[in-house]
Amino acid sequence: MKYKDYYAILGVQRNASSEEIKRAYRKLAHKYHPDVSKDPAGEEKFKEVAEAYETLKSPEKRAAYDQLGAHPTGQDFQPPPDWGKQYGDGQFSFEGVDLADLFAGLAAGRHGPGKQSGQLRMPGQDYEVTAHITLEEAYRGTEIGLNLTVPVHDEEGFPRRVPRTFKVRIPKGATNGQRLRLPGSGGKGFHGGRDGDLYLNIVVHPHPLFRVNGHDLYFDLPLAPWEAVLGATVEVPTLGGPVQLKVPPNARAGQQLRLAKRGLPRPHGAEGDLYAIVQIVVPAATSERERELFRELAQSSTFDPRGRFQKELKSGS
Amino acid sequence: MEAEHAEAQWLTEECEFSLPELVELSGSSNEELRELVEYGAITPVNPEAPQWVFPGKCLPTVRAACRLRVSFDLEPHGVALVISLLDRIHDLEAQMGSLRAQLPRLPSEFW
Repeated sequence: MKYKDYYAILGVQRNASSEEIKRAYRKLAHKYHPDVSKDPAGEEKFKEVAEAYETLKSPEKRAAYDQLGAHPTGQDFQPPPDWGKQYGDGQFSFEGVDLADLFAGLAAGRHGPGKQSGQLRMPGQDYEVTAHITLEEAYRGTEIGLNLTVPVHDEEGFPRRVPRTFKVRIPKGATNGQRLRLPGSGGKGFHGGRDGDLYLNIVVHPHPLFRVNGHDLYFDLPLAPWEAVLGATVEVPTLGGPVQLKVPPNARAGQQLRLAKRGLPRPHGAEGDLYAIVQIVVPAATSERERELFRELAQSSTFDPRGRFQKELKSGS
Repeated sequence: MEAEHAEAQWLTEECEFSLPELVELSGSSNEELRELVEYGAITPVNPEAPQWVFPGKCLPTVRAACRLRVSFDLEPHGVALVISLLDRIHDLEAQMGSLRAQLPRLPSEFW
């Protein structure tokens, strides 16, 4: 069994009072609780903090934990012989047992996992997992593999960790923040209790080209000044492959051109749309011939791009 | 080890849970759920119906409420308050994401 230093996790001394332990826990919970924290590593940190507090807040569990002695974190250790007798019949091997499961077992009864199991129906543990997918995977649908290590109880009621591997089909049209429930895919129930569930929180990675708004997608369409004025048919990328887009003459910067049903599919409805946002860009380097043509245009054009300034100043006064 | 194939269920408007189902799946009590409804943290599909039915999206909310109650020792009213503030944050983040998506990048970012 691997040792976890619950006092170090909470940042308190081994002789800390229950009030000091509670204060340390609350401070860390504010910082790392997955429902209120923005820290990407918060969820994992909070699991450790909650596990430590769960044991140290109960005088009975804390006393049992203290009897294990102090060891470096992660070190394999065996509980003292009398510890085994107190919490079972002393014959259990603690090999592969997780401290969290051992102390969680103490929660249900006062006599440790070996004796407390009784015939209490215990539901299996629920798990929440974040599934990271790309926008392309969200568009086409995908299958992801998940590896969990879930506690199960042996015939004596002792908790052991066993691996479970899942293949989960994520239907096309998943969006950021959507939730999926996989019934019965969590921890195993005990004594007739139902198996726990697995919850997937979908996170769609930002795409270098397309920006997502619900099921609609947006991207910037750079046009040369002459394409914007004269109109053009240009090839643009979509998640389903490149398409030809007809840009009408006199396109303005910021104008949105809609490509119907080229966005993300919806599980129960029509596809979203894809919007190209017109950007008028000028070449970084121009040749003498190009500059000559622009000079000619400047001389022949009557266009005044700042004509509104005077109008707006007059209307404001 | 052989991978198990798991059937997934979207937690959206399309799936619904009865009150007893929500109790079983969330770890909250009947009374706690009724208080969440009373304080407006979750809303049944038809609050006037004799048997409440909840949209699937309520399940993550109720599970979060349960976690917050246990983790921070909160009273039902405090839980409902935190849930409604978190909802507002999520709505604002969604609005900000929507506006950002429609905002063109600066031309300088192209080159």
